[in-house]
Amino acid sequence: MFTRKLCIAALVAASLFGMSAQATDITGAGSSFVYPVLSKWSATYAEKTGNKLNYQSVGSGAGIAQIKEGTIDFGASDAPMSAEDLTKFGLGQFPSVVGGIVPVVNLQGIAAGQLKLDGKILADIYLGKVARWSDPAIAALNPGVKIPDVKITVVHRSDGSGTSFNFTNYLSKVSPEWASKVKFGTAVEWPAGVGGKGNEGVSQYVRQIPGSIGYVEYAYAKKNAISYAQMQNAAGKWVEPSAETFAAAAATADWKSAKDFNLIMTNAPGDQAWPITATTWIIMYKKSKNASHTKVAFDFFKWSLENGQPQAASLDYVPLPAPLVQQIEAYWAAEYKN
Amino acid sequence: MHATVSSNVPTTARAEEAARNARDTRNDRLFAGLLKACALLVLIALIGAATSTLWLGRDAFATFGWGFLTSSAWDPTNNQYGALVPVMGTVLTALIALVFAVPVSFGIALFLTEIAPNWLRGPVSSAIELLAGIPSIIYGMWGLFIFAPFVATTIKPWLMNHFSADPPDGQVSWLVQHVPFIAKFFSSEYPFFGAGIFTAGLVLAVMIIPFISSVMREVFQTVPTRLKESAYALGSSTWEVVWDIVVPYTRTAVIGGIFLGLGRALGETMAVAFVIGNTFKFTPSILETGSTIASTIANQFGEAEGLQKSALMAIAFLLFVVTFIVLLIARLMLRRLATKEGS
Amino acid sequence: MSASLYTTRRIKNVLAMILSVAATGIGLLFLAWILWETLSQGIAGLKPALFTKITAYREEGGLANAMVGSLILNVIGILIATPIGVMAGTWLAEYSRRSRLGPTIRFLNDILLSAPSIVLGLFVYTIIVLPSQWLTNGDVTFSGIAGGIALALIALPVIVRTTDEMLRLVPGTLREAALSLGVPQWKLTVQILIRAARSGIVTGVLLALARISGETAPLLLTAFGNNFMTFNPLDKMPSLPQVIYDYTKDPSPDINTLAWAGAFVLTMFVLALSLVARFVFSRSKVSHD
Repeated sequence: MFTRKLCIAALVAASLFGMSAQATDITGAGSSFVYPVLSKWSATYAEKTGNKLNYQSVGSGAGIAQIKEGTIDFGASDAPMSAEDLTKFGLGQFPSVVGGIVPVVNLQGIAAGQLKLDGKILADIYLGKVARWSDPAIAALNPGVKIPDVKITVVHRSDGSGTSFNFTNYLSKVSPEWASKVKFGTAVEWPAGVGGKGNEGVSQYVRQIPGSIGYVEYAYAKKNAISYAQMQNAAGKWVEPSAETFAAAAATADWKSAKDFNLIMTNAPGDQAWPITATTWIIMYKKSKNASHTKVAFDFFKWSLENGQPQAASLDYVPLPAPLVQQIEAYWAAEYKN
Repeated sequence: MHATVSSNVPTTARAEEAARNARDTRNDRLFAGLLKACALLVLIALIGAATSTLWLGRDAFATFGWGFLTSSAWDPTNNQYGALVPVMGTVLTALIALVFAVPVSFGIALFLTEIAPNWLRGPVSSAIELLAGIPSIIYGMWGLFIFAPFVATTIKPWLMNHFSADPPDGQVSWLVQHVPFIAKFFSSEYPFFGAGIFTAGLVLAVMIIPFISSVMREVFQTVPTRLKESAYALGSSTWEVVWDIVVPYTRTAVIGGIFLGLGRALGETMAVAFVIGNTFKFTPSILETGSTIASTIANQFGEAEGLQKSALMAIAFLLFVVTFIVLLIARLMLRRLATKEGS
Repeated sequence: MSASLYTTRRIKNVLAMILSVAATGIGLLFLAWILWETLSQGIAGLKPALFTKITAYREEGGLANAMVGSLILNVIGILIATPIGVMAGTWLAEYSRRSRLGPTIRFLNDILLSAPSIVLGLFVYTIIVLPSQWLTNGDVTFSGIAGGIALALIALPVIVRTTDEMLRLVPGTLREAALSLGVPQWKLTVQILIRAARSGIVTGVLLALARISGETAPLLLTAFGNNFMTFNPLDKMPSLPQVIYDYTKDPSPDINTLAWAGAFVLTMFVLALSLVARFVFSRSKVSHD
């Protein structure tokens, strides 16, 4: 009886092993920032071409580690790889979509976009130097706004993340003290505050704690109606987070002189540029390890750059500006030779 | 083995029996060998897992030496790492979990084996076991969105009012004034913030209750009815039967069940990562945020590289060491208990 | 004097009974609380599409591929862990009395119990995923098999521990009776001891299943996940906990709802499974008298 069951099980297993031949499946892994849009694109793309693109968010660092091992066809990272690492492993990288990171606050009587902050204050708050909302420096930026006099509770990410990478990168650019004391990275030793796991953890804590300030991806603030702050950008103008200001940052960033697109977009110079704008890089081998996979991968990214942008916009990502798309396609032609 | 074969048995029968004996012996040996191989697989799995963490963590051990154990630093941008805070957090959360889970589990097992009417036993025990079937990520979400705010608004203020030097109601309690150091264990920089070591311990307690209680219930049921009935016949109350007959009879198995729960508490990842706050400041207070070994790995592994990744593997190895020490202490306590009772 | 002793004993007894009922109440309360939250947050996502469509479509999709993947991964994990675990546990309980290896393995098994699951996942990544990549020239990397093995490593110590405990509780008289009848030891073990301890061993397997069905971390680098449907154990395989984890991190509240709905389905699945297993295995309960 038992042996018969075993035989059946073996037969089923064998038949399952046999049916592995399918249309080309390509695999990517890395940043969780692009997970929603890559997932959505892959569904539409599979309907069109039959080729399936399977992307999983394992974290940027793990994505890079996996592409180095060659277990996946492309990696996605919120931090660019350095030129020497790219050369060492024969990899190339290019940006995919753009998004913004916004400071969010929980202050009674303050509506979304009503509070104004500049980079220096934000850095001082996260350094623990500005400890109350009644601080004169904040009042000076917000004439006529009645800010409650409560203690500031800083909320930061507790997990390693690309969001923290871009946020701390911005603080390093605008505050020499931050740049020397804390530096920037996917995880840093935070001088103050409490840590929430993921965007959801940070937004949850900000909602729970009166007088708190945190930072999340724009889609979080927008979809969950958490009030964000206006920021003063590098040009000295006040801007609100929106598709336009993120696009302005991407457009005015100096991509032309960035080799391998190795450029972090924070504190971009444009008049309309949102100061904490970020992108995710797609990382692939320059010399293909599996020609058919690479061909499908390029076809997918070409399709997504040219046709996938409305879907990206519906998920609150910002399409890459046209000149940048051209630059990417030129980069493909020059660097990726099959 | 079978030496009692008498001489007046016909030779054919004797030969048959000898053959059967030989077959049985061979089968026995094969069977024992197979079982032993499986047991050795457990050994190999553990040694493999432990050595791989040691190997991957060798850079961190080489860089920081013994200082790795005593340093409370965790600074990825300057590449400074120490294991003190995660190790402390792991031990503390597991202890808190056991303190709450063991009595509750015992109560549940007692209820299911001695008190509840028969028709109620099945449904209630299935329900309790269902707690074990809830994925740990759901405990995390529930902990983050529902339980931590509950702790922040009710449990934590109560604890701080009674045990901390800086109570929200402003009246320092008698206990704090007269017992030295106690306030240190219950201080909190953010009184209105629910996440922390204590909250993580409570969530872990809920998670391990089904593990401990179902093993306890299962072993309580194996106590021979005649033992219990004799005690009842002598006029013992239910409690006396349980405490004096059932518990001594099943003691080692009960402790085995507790280890099962302790094991899960020490290694639990996702649920803890959501509710412990994940900070690396050294503090004796259980109401402060902290981190555990498993939560640190889960939080940082995806983004770590180089020395940071190595440090994560190094603390994973330390978790094996911590578990080893905890189990060793438990074992020694058990042995002392056994000699004291003269059994 | 004797009356007061009687009263104290009675009070003690009543107190113990009350505390015991209260403990059960606490356990049930937390269960109801968590289930209620998953249900109330996820009820909007409990639609037919949840069971028929795949995750690639996000809000318009469902979790069908993840449910299938979870089923396959858990079956592989339990199929590997149960025979090995039961046999190892049997060896510990019945054969290791005179060897020093027995206590050592029992001890190491307890350590394995608390190994962080992500570490076991990494271990399987090193010994299964990377070699299969080299052997197949990159055709097979992450796979359902690798995920199943990682889950088996988590389930194994739970099954070993419970089997060991349950067998050691089988009264020695049963063994002596059988041996004195000339029953060979392997027959005694398989036909008498394991049968006597069966309900306990099933409990152990169910606890193990419950534990692995909720694991996320070890699957990331072994089964990897998949946005599409797959039945091939050599393919990258999705799982419910991993999708739930990704979906709780998502900015869109609709996706968060799907995560809670998935959690509810997963919990109900484990409940149904344990009810069925209990029903099947408890028909002939052996008494130990």
